[in-house]
Amino acid sequence: MRTPARPLVLGIETSCDETGVGLVRGGELLADALASSVDEHARYGGVVPEIAARAHLEAMVPTIELALDRAGLHPRDVDAVAVTSGPGLAGALLVGVAAAKAYALALGVPLHGVHHLAAHVAVDTLEHGPLPRPAVALLVSGGHSSLLLVPDLAAEPVESLGATVDDAAGEAYDKVARLLGMPFPGGPPIDAAAREGSPHIPFPRAKAGDGTFDFSFSGLKTAVARWVEARRRAGEPVPVADVAASFQEAVADVLTAKAVAACRAHGVDTLVVGGGVAANSRLRALAALRCEAAGITLRIPRPGLCTDNGAMVAALGSLRVEAGVEPSPLDLPASSTLAL
Amino acid sequence: MLVLALDTSTAACAVALVELGAPPAGPLVRASRVVWDARRHGELLAPMMRDVLAAAGVRPPEVRAVVVGAGPGPFTSLRVGMVTGAAFAAALGVPAYGVCSLDGIGAATTGPVGVITDARRREVFWARYQDGTRVGEPGVGAPATVAADLRAAGVERVTGPGAGLYPDAFAGFGTPPAGGPGELTGSGEQSGSDAQGGSGAQSGSGGLSGAEPEYPAPEVLARLVAADIVAGRDPGPLTPRYLRRPDAAEPRGPKAVTASRPEPVRSATAATGTASAGAASAGTMPV
Repeated sequence: MRTPARPLVLGIETSCDETGVGLVRGGELLADALASSVDEHARYGGVVPEIAARAHLEAMVPTIELALDRAGLHPRDVDAVAVTSGPGLAGALLVGVAAAKAYALALGVPLHGVHHLAAHVAVDTLEHGPLPRPAVALLVSGGHSSLLLVPDLAAEPVESLGATVDDAAGEAYDKVARLLGMPFPGGPPIDAAAREGSPHIPFPRAKAGDGTFDFSFSGLKTAVARWVEARRRAGEPVPVADVAASFQEAVADVLTAKAVAACRAHGVDTLVVGGGVAANSRLRALAALRCEAAGITLRIPRPGLCTDNGAMVAALGSLRVEAGVEPSPLDLPASSTLAL
Repeated sequence: MLVLALDTSTAACAVALVELGAPPAGPLVRASRVVWDARRHGELLAPMMRDVLAAAGVRPPEVRAVVVGAGPGPFTSLRVGMVTGAAFAAALGVPAYGVCSLDGIGAATTGPVGVITDARRREVFWARYQDGTRVGEPGVGAPATVAADLRAAGVERVTGPGAGLYPDAFAGFGTPPAGGPGELTGSGEQSGSDAQGGSGAQSGSGGLSGAEPEYPAPEVLARLVAADIVAGRDPGPLTPRYLRRPDAAEPRGPKAVTASRPEPVRSATAATGTASAGAASAGTMPV
């Protein structure tokens, strides 16, 4: 197997409802193609695994070909294939992993299975260059809410500092949005409504002062529901914008407070924020404010690279290939609960 | 002309490298592998393809077409084969042809025969064959219903790995003639003919016309589209035959969390959270 100095890495991501394909060469993003089945899930209020898996099968090869077309490249130009091997929806992961193996086998190039969360961190290197070692990463999406200590993306395993003990932050957004009669996914409509509201309702900050780096959003979601039900029961109008703003404030408050605390605890001066919830305006603003106050450099990729995508997988694959990391075997399993 | 054929629509994960020759010679199996393990197609398939190619001394770019069993079959394993075949073909810039997986069993039968495979959830996938040609489209149904439909159509014999799972429903039917690869059931790897050994055993009359296969045989699938491949005909879209809609129910309105009568608030809250998390993981996963 050839490994050129600046290998072209094809990255494939299918852990949830986005079929993502990226092409990266030497830290440079050459193409990023995405097919999403989110509209098919909207009426169910969440991602339906079988619908997601079917959509991945349909979109997989066309999305790879779209990425290659956009970069003006041919499959034979690919020097290595990287793929999210977990964690995520089992049936969805399996489609991407099988496709990645087929490309690697057909092209005679190495296969690299990568961790979804590590890829979310790695994507930032495409925009902001190499990460200082170590860095802390806050990853928040519909499936994850994690604080990670990242020593070296290519070589050493990422260490989990904490994670949600129940709902992911994005999941809480979806549930609160449904309660307020807003569409799925709930992040964008709540963010929009919150801009018109005042965050004066004192919703709880679970685990805020517990000394851990874990999160809990299930109780917050229930507290919002109780508050709204009380108004409805009393026949009072529900101040939707204020509820959205207050809920959003509670989420952003506890996420950023713990992220800054994690940086301090580990003497780290760089925080990377990623995942779909990193597109949230209040989370971004509060993170910027608190990082500046604490003397921490904040790095957030552009929103298109925060949500699931193939570029992040190609980015991490590229780091691993260039560092000479041993490739994965062709019997690489797709692991829905892959550990860090 | 070398064709890589595969099927993952049953518990058998099966790969064959087939050489399509001029008409009198017919297709020749250069190498084949089958492993029975219903839950590991995703891990087994790619290494098996590598091994089949290596056994025949063939490099991937020498493969000129891919043939894929397009189901019906359990969705997860079916998709492994479909996406693997499509991606392997796309990487090489060669066409990928989809063939009804049941034809990989039925095409090797004579007379009126029902081909039955496991559809899980106490149902079977099935199709009716007359002298190796499928009559109508494949279906999915309860074993007893399928058996009644086959009887009504004058079928007295069934074959395929699904029939033995429901001995009561298919009790009145004849089974395939003995001596075929029916002994393949169970777990373990069966290496077919390869370039080094016994290719003669399976290539005497094209390697394809022996006893009825107990699983959708990739070499049979390849034979069924051999004329299209040789003529360079467009394969059309590679579409899986799911035969079932995804399980998904549209949610009702949000459940009230405020209790209408007194209750221990803390434990009730925790229980609600747990229940909703369980429901979410079974049905949907929020983005």
